Amino acid sequence: MKSTSSNPLTFQELILRLQAFWAERGCVLQQPYDTEVGAGTMAPETFLRVLGPQPYKVAYVQPSRRPADGRYGENPNRLFKHMQLQVILKPPPENVQELYLESLGAIGIDLRQHDIKFEEDNWEAPTLSAWGVGWQVMLDGLEITQFTYFQQCGGIDLLPICAELTYGLERIAAFLQDVDSIYDIVWARDSETGKAVKYGDVRLADELQFSVYNFELADVEKTWKHFELCEAECRRLLESYAGLAGDKGNTDGFAREKSRFPLLAAYDLCLKCSHAFNILDARGAISVTERVGVIARVRALAVGIAKAWVDQQRTGPDERSTQAEPASEKKIKKEALSSVGS
Amino acid sequence: MPDFLLEIGCEEIPARMIDAASQELRERVGALLVRERLGGDAITTFETPRRLSILASGIASTQEDVSEQVTGPSAHVAYKDGQPTQAAHAFAKKAGVDVSQLERVSTPKGEYLVAKVTRKGRSAAEILADSLPKEIATIYWPKNMYWRKPNERFVRPVRWLVAMLDGQTIPLEFDGIPAGSQSRGHRILTDVAVNISRAGSAYVDALRSAKVLGRAEREQQIRKALDAATRTIPGAQWREDRSLLETVVNLTEFPSAILGAFDSQFLALPEEVLVTVMRDHQKYFAIQDANGKLLPHFLAVLNTDSDPQGLIRHGNERVLRARFNDARFFWETDQKKSLLERLESLKHVTFQKDLGSYYEKTQRVQRLCSWLNEQLKQRGIIVRPGVVHKAACLAKTDLTTELVKEFTELQGIVGGLYARVQQLDTTLPEATRLAIADAIYDHYKPESTDDSVPRSLEGAVLSIGDKADTIAGMFALGLVPSGSKDPFALRRQANGIVKVIAEKKLPLHLRELMQDARTGYHKSQAEKKFVDDRKYLESIETFFRERLDFYLRDVCGYAYDVVKAVLGADSDDVVDALARAEAVKRVLHMPEFQAIGAACKRMRNILRQAEEKGNAPAVSAEPLPDSAQEEKNLFTYLQQSGANVEDYRKRKEYLPALQLLATAREPVDKFFDKVMVMVEDQRVRANRLALLRMLLKEFSTIADFSEIVTEGKS
Repeated sequence: MKSTSSNPLTFQELILRLQAFWAERGCVLQQPYDTEVGAGTMAPETFLRVLGPQPYKVAYVQPSRRPADGRYGENPNRLFKHMQLQVILKPPPENVQELYLESLGAIGIDLRQHDIKFEEDNWEAPTLSAWGVGWQVMLDGLEITQFTYFQQCGGIDLLPICAELTYGLERIAAFLQDVDSIYDIVWARDSETGKAVKYGDVRLADELQFSVYNFELADVEKTWKHFELCEAECRRLLESYAGLAGDKGNTDGFAREKSRFPLLAAYDLCLKCSHAFNILDARGAISVTERVGVIARVRALAVGIAKAWVDQQRTGPDERSTQAEPASEKKIKKEALSSVGS
Repeated sequence: MPDFLLEIGCEEIPARMIDAASQELRERVGALLVRERLGGDAITTFETPRRLSILASGIASTQEDVSEQVTGPSAHVAYKDGQPTQAAHAFAKKAGVDVSQLERVSTPKGEYLVAKVTRKGRSAAEILADSLPKEIATIYWPKNMYWRKPNERFVRPVRWLVAMLDGQTIPLEFDGIPAGSQSRGHRILTDVAVNISRAGSAYVDALRSAKVLGRAEREQQIRKALDAATRTIPGAQWREDRSLLETVVNLTEFPSAILGAFDSQFLALPEEVLVTVMRDHQKYFAIQDANGKLLPHFLAVLNTDSDPQGLIRHGNERVLRARFNDARFFWETDQKKSLLERLESLKHVTFQKDLGSYYEKTQRVQRLCSWLNEQLKQRGIIVRPGVVHKAACLAKTDLTTELVKEFTELQGIVGGLYARVQQLDTTLPEATRLAIADAIYDHYKPESTDDSVPRSLEGAVLSIGDKADTIAGMFALGLVPSGSKDPFALRRQANGIVKVIAEKKLPLHLRELMQDARTGYHKSQAEKKFVDDRKYLESIETFFRERLDFYLRDVCGYAYDVVKAVLGADSDDVVDALARAEAVKRVLHMPEFQAIGAACKRMRNILRQAEEKGNAPAVSAEPLPDSAQEEKNLFTYLQQSGANVEDYRKRKEYLPALQLLATAREPVDKFFDKVMVMVEDQRVRANRLALLRMLLKEFSTIADFSEIVTEGKS
């Protein structure tokens, strides 16, 4: 007895279907962020976009690196780098849960044939000073999605809040294809020859080599140096932004200075620090007494950037046009019960 | 008398919070109905993950009118020459009546005008629409959120509301959502709106047809489904698990169950690991054979009606297989490094940010355990010091294993299991090695008041040492639990210490134990942040007294006043307090002790009042030539029986000691009947006060009898 369908989606079809689903519902399709992150949440498309009043809807795949989770490609369920499909809906529509369930239909899961549960799971990221409440979505006993209503990010209360849907792509693909090892997932199938390319073919070397590097060969001293350089540069930027904010009157020229200030670059540096910290941690190079302190240093950068970012969005003429699109809003099938009248 | 219905429709409420919130909502609505004089007979609740509902019958459609008498100005101001003045007119206008309807009443202060005013009762719908939103908003949630405006908080977004009196909608609104008569059914099994025709049983019926069941019905349906699925395996039974059952009841709206299987080769893994994976991670029930041995099957509770194609079973089996494979992988990986080799890595595991690493904790606990061994040895209890020492050394090393990192709830247990299979030390005899393993395995026990204590004395010592070290460090840092704040579960750990001491009958003194535990931090980094010793000991004593109080009352079931009396005498020695509580409980029914309790209260009051007036008792009491006969008798009694009571007491034979004390009733009663204590003569008075003080002290060594509740005691 096989899973839902006799012809299950390949890994890349799964991604394409989910992207198409959310694109049709008004999401901007972003591409994976090109700096190492530990989770889709850390990409600026989430961390920075959730701040401030601007509505935004975005979906993107984010390869997420967690050096300590590496297993040299030997464990069938664990990866150093896994893929998340991240959806941010800001503000969350009233029927956000129903939309999510519909997206499962789009990847071939007939919910009538399965057991779905929303089980409490609250999320917290101390390095980002971010947290939210929500659920892990369980499909036949498998956690397939993290569903979170963000409440705070970078230490700032969010208004409006957003819903974050994080699909665990490898898990879902393994479920759909009914395979026991992630490495056996069919990534792509050549439509002419029918030949399958497996997840292992694409990524196994990646897993092995990065496990060796992160656990055995990463130079602790140089990684520390890397951390410190990025931290210093990030702080320098934050200090000069603070100088702008503290200075003079609110002239046009001053506003322009502020709005072109590279806070996005500062955030990249913060992400670099976070990744260096993860490598040092995997390497066992961070002592008990240091650990809390280092996390606090990364958090200080993230919180500083979030504050500055909100300030920058308020001051500068906002060149990023991110208006909600009423036309696409209408396309969303209104859930029959979403407005209950008396 | 209409029926009332309120349904708060919500996104999935965390299972652990549903029951308490539902109960609170019921109490709130009940109190509201009473406060607003709206009657209401039976109030029942209906709760699922997606709704909290209240049903009540016999609601008054409107409040009864209330007539009140309002007092106005005095008559001589209100009337001049028999005519109403401006004051009378103003009062009549304010009260809403005609001047001619005003009446006069006589009061001690003279004659006053009154008006009889009728306040119209408001309609139930109006009151409920006004008040219910406030009640809903104030429900307590351990963690809540906002989704629209920051000041609108609930556990998860509220998506619909139903509020009705019979068939009529109550026009209320909560967080922007107007109440109506439309509910929603099961998420997957139905996809239509559920129209509620009227409040009352029609609501429950409508939901049942929409595949939504009430709590009790769900539990029943789950039990039946579990039984039915288990019956397919001859002789098998599912393992009853109350908290798991409550969880799955509150994770489902329309439950069913499936029986799944796993490869029997996984049974080679320890049962503890398999059960933890199934119960804590997958919320599955384990199945055992008639001898209690685990079978390679599991039961999963679903939130849907069936699994006709077996897809759900297949999926769950797949997940469990992966989990078990992981566990096996971790188990095998962990064996590459022995517990002994892991000791060093504890330097990298934080115990608490100010208290340093687990390596440092290990050293402290070893020291504290040696002290405990010594204390017990001096009091005639022999603990194998080598076993305790080695077990304490290895107890925390499993924190560095993959298995514990994955299944944190197995800490201690995994250490014990590994110690059992590993060669700890080639020179150790097998029995010693197993004793060490058992002590490690048990050292987190008891994890709750229902949990058992460590099996061996060595395990008990380690359990006490480990917990005392944690409590000492936290209290020294000033991190004392308060109210619902107890992030390090210090109360549970202290309850554990009390329970282990009590059940193992260990002659230990809490004060000494906690003083020595504090000594373990001597000259550590953390000490700079510590509160001073006096403050430390004070907070520790209060804390442990509360824990002992809890143990005697809630665990052993002793009455409130017995416990208060017993702990009033002393709360340092757990075993002794238990023995005293038992003795006091047995003699309490004797009329003598009812009288002695009253006498003790009287003595205490007299002594207190004397002290307040500056009347000091004599240094010691002695029979004076001019003493009353009753006074001399009491003195003689004290001298004769006092020594005997003391002998019993020293041998901890509290029952005979108390029985002997009971004979004091007669001389005491007679003394109070005939003798006046607070006489003019300073010498006589001081002597009598001294006598009372001696007597009170005599009575109070076993229990403070002035705490005994005398009235209405059977």
